[in-house]
Parts: sequence; C-alpha cells; structure tokens
Amino acid sequence: MPEKTVPRPGSLRELAQLLMSLDNLLVSCMRCGLCQAVCPVYGCTFREADVTRGKISLLENLAHEVIKDANSVDDRLNRCLLCGSCQANCPSGVNIMEIFIKARSFVAGYRGLGAIKRLIFRHLLPHPRLFNFLTGITGVLQGPFLKVANRRVGTSKAAVLKPFLGERHIPSLPSKSFSSRHGSIDTAAGKSGLKVALFPGCVPDKLFERLSEATLKALNYHGVGVFMPADLVCCGIPALASGDSQAFLNLTSKNIQVLAKAEFDYLVTPCATCAANIKENWPRFMASYTETEKKDVDSLTAKTMDITQFLVSVLKIDTTPGTKNSNAQKVTYHDSCHLKKSLGVSAQPRAIIQSLPGYELVEMPEADRCCGNGGSFNLFHYGLSKDIGQRKRNNIVSVHPEAVICGCPACLMQLMDMLSQNNDDIPVKHVVELYADSLPG
Amino acid sequence: MPVSHALIQEFIKILSPNQVLTEEADRLSYSYDAAVLTPKIPALVVAPSTEEQLGKTIKLAYENDLPLTVRGSGTNLSGAVIPEPGDSIVILTNRLNKVLEINQEDLYAVVEPGVITSQFAETVAAQGLFYPPDPGSQTVSTLGGNVALNAGGLRGLKYGVTKDYLMGLEFFDYNGNLVKTGSRTVKCVTGYNIGAMMISSEGTLGIFSKIILKLVPPPKASQAMMAVYDDINKASETVAAIIANHILPCTLEFLDQKCLKYVEAHTKAGLPTEAAAILLIEVDGSHQAGVDEDAAKVKDICTKVGAKDIRVAKDAAEKNKIWEARRNALPALARAKPTTVLEDATVPRSKIPAMVAEVNRIAEKYKIDIGTFGHAGDGNLHPTILCDRRDTEEFKRVEEAVDEIFDVALKLQGTLSGEHGIGQAKAKWMVKETNQATVDFSKNLRRALDPKYLFNASKKII
Ligand SMILES: Cc1cc2nc3c(=O)[nH]c(=O)nc-3n(C[C@H](O)[C@H](O)[C@H](O)COP(=O)(O)OP(=O)(O)OC[C@H]3O[C@@H](n4cnc5c(N)ncnc54)[C@H](O)[C@@H]3O)c2cc1C
Ligand code: SF4
Ligand code: SF4
Repeated sequence: MPEKTVPRPGSLRELAQLLMSLDNLLVSCMRCGLCQAVCPVYGCTFREADVTRGKISLLENLAHEVIKDANSVDDRLNRCLLCGSCQANCPSGVNIMEIFIKARSFVAGYRGLGAIKRLIFRHLLPHPRLFNFLTGITGVLQGPFLKVANRRVGTSKAAVLKPFLGERHIPSLPSKSFSSRHGSIDTAAGKSGLKVALFPGCVPDKLFERLSEATLKALNYHGVGVFMPADLVCCGIPALASGDSQAFLNLTSKNIQVLAKAEFDYLVTPCATCAANIKENWPRFMASYTETEKKDVDSLTAKTMDITQFLVSVLKIDTTPGTKNSNAQKVTYHDSCHLKKSLGVSAQPRAIIQSLPGYELVEMPEADRCCGNGGSFNLFHYGLSKDIGQRKRNNIVSVHPEAVICGCPACLMQLMDMLSQNNDDIPVKHVVELYADSLPG
Repeated sequence: MPVSHALIQEFIKILSPNQVLTEEADRLSYSYDAAVLTPKIPALVVAPSTEEQLGKTIKLAYENDLPLTVRGSGTNLSGAVIPEPGDSIVILTNRLNKVLEINQEDLYAVVEPGVITSQFAETVAAQGLFYPPDPGSQTVSTLGGNVALNAGGLRGLKYGVTKDYLMGLEFFDYNGNLVKTGSRTVKCVTGYNIGAMMISSEGTLGIFSKIILKLVPPPKASQAMMAVYDDINKASETVAAIIANHILPCTLEFLDQKCLKYVEAHTKAGLPTEAAAILLIEVDGSHQAGVDEDAAKVKDICTKVGAKDIRVAKDAAEKNKIWEARRNALPALARAKPTTVLEDATVPRSKIPAMVAEVNRIAEKYKIDIGTFGHAGDGNLHPTILCDRRDTEEFKRVEEAVDEIFDVALKLQGTLSGEHGIGQAKAKWMVKETNQATVDFSKNLRRALDPKYLFNASKKII
C-alpha cells in the first residue's frame, strides 16, 4: 500500500495559499461572538484568541497575510479541545471543525512536527503488536511505582513518573489489553440476525479493557455476530489533532483495508471519540484516498455508530423505565462532546440508565459542557484542561451522585482524574458497563 | 510596537503580566466586534480584574494620551468597540464578573460590569426573582455592554429595556476617580440623574465598575400563539388593536414573508411560507385565569382583524415550537449567505407596514436579499441583509441600501437605531436624525467629561 503524502507548505506564502482554500468557510463567520457561551477554553481564560471567533479571525488574517507569525497563530489554534461545542451552537452554521482540522494540518506541515509526535504517530500507532507489547510491559512494570490515589474512583499516582504524568491521577494499566486477550474475533450473527465490526479504540482496548468486555458481553447476549480483526490500528485522531494528516491518512487506510474485507451491518465502538472521528474525519480528506478507499470510507462511515445508539436505536432493547430498586444508586450523566455534539446521541444513554432498576438518574447542571479532556489537549495543556475539568467536577458534586456515568473513555479518564484530585469518592462508569452488569452471566 | 516598553511595564505593575496582552496575535483578536466594518488592531490590550486595577489602568492610559476603548464581550453590531485609530488601548471588563449582591427584600442586585446577562438572569431566577431584559445575545453579552448600549430584547414592550432597570452606577472618569450616581432605593433625587446619561453612552463618557439593577417578581403564567396573515397591514392593525385594548403582551414578534421562507428552508418546521407575515404573541401575568382571559381576547382580535390562521400553544412543547420560528430567524438568515448585515431601524408601530414595503422596495432597487423580522410591539425591525463582503461591487450596493433604509426610517418619523447603537456605523447620521445643535451640545458635553477626547472618540458623536 503506497504511503499517503499531504501538501507541505514551504513558505509563508504557500501556507497562506493553502489557508485560502478555507476562505469560503472562514468568511461565513459573522463575528457574533455567541461561541463565547459554550467554548470551554474561553470560559476559563476569557481571551478572545481562545474562542472560535478569535481563532477564525487569526486564520483569516494569516490567509490574507495580514499577520505573518504562523507560529503564534498555531499556538492559539492548539488551545482548543476540538470538542465541537462551538459548531453545534453556531447560528451561522460555520463548518468550524473542517476549518480547525485542515488548518492544523496546514500549519503543522509548515511548522514541522516534534520528534516525539513523529515517533508515536508514525511508528507506534500503526503497529498494533508493538503498541500492545509496550503497554503490556508498562502494565507489568508500573506496579512498584504506583500508589493508590483514590480507591473508590480507581486511580493511582506516581511520584517517580511526575515528569511524564504531572499531577495527574490515572487509572492503572491492565497487564493485558482486550485485543491481546481475545486475538481476532469473528462470530456469526445469532438471534438478532446482525453482525457488527467491533472497533474498541485504543483506550478501551488498552486502558479500560472492561469497556470492551462489557460491549462484547452485550453484543453476545443479544446474539449479534462480532468481527474484530487483530490488526486494527488507532482511529487516527491523536495524529490528526496534532496536524499530522499524513500519519492520520496512513492509519485510516490501514483500518479501511482491514475492515473492507469483511461483511458486517454496523461498525460499533464504546469510544465516542473514535465513532465521531470515523464518521466526521475519515471522509474529510476524501481527495487523498484511492477510488476503492473512497467507496469503502463512504460505506464504513454510514455504518459507524456508538454502542448505546446501536443498543437503543438498532437493537431496540427494552428501555421502558421500570420501578426502581429501593436501594437504587443515584447517578448523574455527563454528555461527552463527541457523543452529543458530533453524533447527536444524548437520549439513548439516558434511556438505558433510566431503564435499569438499580440506578436513579439525576441531571447535573451543564451536563453537556465539555469536561476538558480533549485527548492530546490534556497532554499539552494540562493546566487549562484541569481548570475546565474543575467546573465539570463542581457540577457533578452539586447533585451528590453515587456515581457518574458517561459514554466516552476520554471523559472517563478526565472525570476520574478530577474527582480523585478533589478527594471525591465518586466512581466513574461507562453506560455500557452499567448495561452489561445488568445482563445475566 | 509603538507603545513604549516602559509604559507596558507600568501597566504590568498595576495588573500582572498575563493581564497585559502585547503579542500581535492576541491584539488582533480585539480588532473587531460583531459589526461588518473594517477592523483595527490596538497597540495594547489590558484585562483588569479588580475595581482598583480598572481605575488605575484608566488613569495611566489617559495620562499617556492613549485613545481608549472599553470592551465587554464585543457583540455589539455598530462597531462600538472597534479600537481607535493610532496607538490605542482596549480595556476588557470580562474579568470584572462578580455578582456582588442580590437583595431579596428590596429587589435589586449589584453587579460588576463583566457579568454575562443570561448568567445573571439565571442566578436571579434561582432566587425567585426576574431580570427581564433579554437581548438576542444574552448568553454572551455583558451587563456593562447592555447599559452602555441600552440593550433591549424580546420583552421590551411590556417590561421595558435596560434603562428601565438601572437604579445606580459607579464609574471611573478620565482621571481614574470613582463617580457614584443613583442608589439602592426606588426613589432617589440626589444630584443629577447621571445614570440616565450613562445609558447608551457607548463607552464615551466614563467606564462603569458597578451597576445596581432593579429586579421584579417573575410572571407565574403565560400563553403563546402564532397568527398568520396574508396582508401585512392586517398584522400591523392587530398590533395596534391589541394595545388599544389595553393588553400588553410580553412579546409581540414579527417575521415577514422572506424571512419565513428562509426559516422554513432551514428548519422544515412546516411554517406558512405563503403568508405575508406572522405575529408571535405571548401574554404573561401572575394568574393563569387572567392570562387565559388576555389570550382569548388577543385571539379574538386577531380573528376580527383578519388573521388567516391562529395557532395557540396548548402546552410547553407547543409553545416551544411556536417560538422556534423566531429563534431560527437569525440562524436561517445567517446561513443563507456568508455575510449578514443586521440592521436596526425603528419606526412608530403603526408605520411597520410602510417600513416593510420600503425595505422590500430597496431590496429590489439594489438587487440584494433582505429578510425582515423584529419586535412588532415596539416598531423595532431588523431588516437583515444577506450578502458576501468579499464581493466589493455588491457590498457597495449594500451600503447604499443601508443608507436608504435610514433615510426612509427617518422619513417615517423613526430612529436610526432602536437598540444596536450608533458606534462607528451610524455616527455620521446623527446630524440627520437630530440637528447640528444637538451634535454640538453632545460634543461639548463629551469635552467637559473627556477633555482630551480619548474615550471611544470615533463613536457616537463625531
Ligand atoms: C446575535 C446578536 C443578537 C443581538 N441581539 C440584540 C438584541 O436583541 N437587543 C439589543 O439591544 N442588542 C442586541 N445585540 C447587540 C449587542 O449584543 C448588545 O448591544 C450588547 O449589549 C452588547 O454587549 P457586549 O458586552 O458585547 O458589549 P460590547 O460590544 O463589548 O460593547 C458595547 C458598548 O458598551 C461599552 N461598554 C462595555 N462595557 C462598558 C463599561 N464597563 N463601561 C462603559 N462602557 C462599556 C463599549 O465601549 C461599547 O460602546 C445583538 C448582537 C448579536 C451579535
Ligand atoms: S458563533 Fe459562529 S458565526 Fe458567531 S462568532 Fe462564533 S463561529 Fe462566528
Ligand atoms: S472546538 Fe471546543 S474548545 Fe475548540 S473553539 Fe470550539 S468550543 Fe472552543
């Protein structure tokens, strides 16, 4: 398979020309400023360059060569979680994610990527065995370094790892990933008559393998055939968010190649970020694909959905709210941005929770406000990420829940970190875990 | 950068390094507001977070002859916070964002100027009280910006606009001295009514640091309906008849046919696109029975005047659906073309049909798209021009059309701006609506309060 390449602007003029390809999108921002209401970064810093309107204006000025300092524009462009809150709320319907993702790729092409990012995106993520091997040893070796931070939340901290982890409270790595435990899976459709491709996604595969197990259990229970090839790779979002569209495209075409071989009705994942990325970003660089790939991408994106959406909207599991157990746990639900704002899934997870006799759902204020994780945003802007997360944490504790439920592993990590650092004894779970627990077996 | 390094250090001494923005990329993001006008990059941007910092900042800027613009959320539609020419400074208020007091017994609140309108309204509502002014930008606009532009909103007809809630103010003059006016009492005749002068002062007279706002008890019941007309004159007669019958709906909104078509194309909500206009009417009050009675009367009036169809909301979901048309007016228009020029000409209520006819004539004359919606109860229309600012030839026609809209509004005994302000956009029109003596008087007033003419000099009165 030929490696993908993408245009790399060699001069500021070339960069400006590439950015001008976005001019039709940029000009549709009417500068109303309504994005200030929802942008989590702006909500912390109150800086106009941090809100969508400011970033769009910076890009426009870079495209028109009014401002010549591409690096400082890039720095501001990266202070963004790609959460999509602004796009979901924009009265002018500006295609903000298209602007931000393409612009990151153009500017990173001009500026160049750091050595570590190159190593990870181009050499680790495309090789599932190496990736599994490395996380496997880390899982074994972490033991002596980790100290329990919060038992109820399930987090640890590590003084010696501080240079890498900062103050973070992290979940510990399982010694074996979901995919190395199961190898490839290929079971036939059962009583549902449906077969799905299971895309666990890196985090539910390697860190929260319990989410993948829960997903598999639910699919098995409902007689859904499962196809999970061993050579699936990362969905590509970390590379894309860092502007490495070349690495992204190479990952995407690897996945397409692996998936296109098989017959299945849907592609499901417990990771809202993967689902949103597959649906929205895989088709974004259509021109870079071969003709066959283009067709495959079209059919794959149409089939992709979040696991809760699949359970409720396709399998039509019974979600009539039943009578609650007397000792039902009071839980609150956090809307992951990629689930609600990108995929439009917010009713299904709630319907599942409400149907379970063991749980009582109470809504928190600002349930759909971003938690501040944003994947690589958390790595490179931890201070900001934490400030944003603190607001989420305060909203959570304000309704005194016994657990928080969400639908995306990235949020799971962030909520665990925030709650743990605040010494809140509130565990965080994925909807599919609750559902799988309610099933026999 | 032209502001000296030494001066920047002085600002940093008053504030802190991360409250003084000097990098080009940061300054550039304060070069515009929501008006479609030419941006200007300021030399310096500062973000005080305490009243003391604000006062010292103003004093230092003034002593150093820096043209000065104070900025809330930058959502005004008249260029009121586009920085001044030359080496100008922008002072941000969004870190001055504390609600200092909510008084349940005496029904007032004291706030800093950077508090966001809807957040304030929600905080107040959580305590069982009501702050009615609700500009379309309320989720982001600041209360300081609301006062400085006398922001209105959907509830203007019954509940009034920002000025009707201003009880008192504290603001800094050009020397950085704190001036106090008004009080926490319902009645107050101490000194001049300076607050009234600061309303819609557009950052030209002083810079607010504290605002005392009146609160009211919330309505307990409401009823909404949509009335559909095949003749715009009948819609206007309905408005007149409702008011003549001594009913004051809390909202009385209007969408013309073009606007309806855009909204329907965007929402596919099943709106009557063949109608000449629709009215969206909501009555509220403290008793359901009284509200029902008013609603029945309004319905009656609509029928008598000749509404083709009347849809009364039976429950909250239906009410929400009725309002969806209005909520989607701007989103639908904004999506249709890249650039949206939101105008604000206002005429006496009875002149709405004449104004809409004129707007449509102007649209045809200049071959541009205009959809009109607005607050029928106060004659405050928003003819919204859809265009592409990159098309210079078309944009020239747009500017001519805007000029003609003003002309027509004035001929109909209306005003240049109902709520969006004068700013840079309409300053040159002031003489036409008033007269030279008024402009001179205003200039003299400004000179007395701002001898160097540094406060937002290119705005309001030029
Ligand atoms: C989508 C949209 C809908 C809108 N709908 C409405 C509407 O329904 N009704 C309406 O009236 N307006 C409306 N507006 C216009 C605008 O939002 C309002 O005028 C609002 O009051 C501006 O608030 P701001 O905080 O953004 O102020 P800015 O735009 O930042 O500033 C506005 C003016 O206030 C001055 N100012 C700000 N803070 C202070 C202070 N502390 N002391 C002294 N002067 C100060 C500034 O110098 C400037 O002259 C709308 C705008 C948009 C984009
Ligand atoms: S909400 Fe949309 S149109 Fe308005 S400023 Fe933000 S990006 Fe631009
Ligand atoms: S994607 Fe999220 S973080 Fe980025 S600008 Fe939009 S709202 Fe802000």
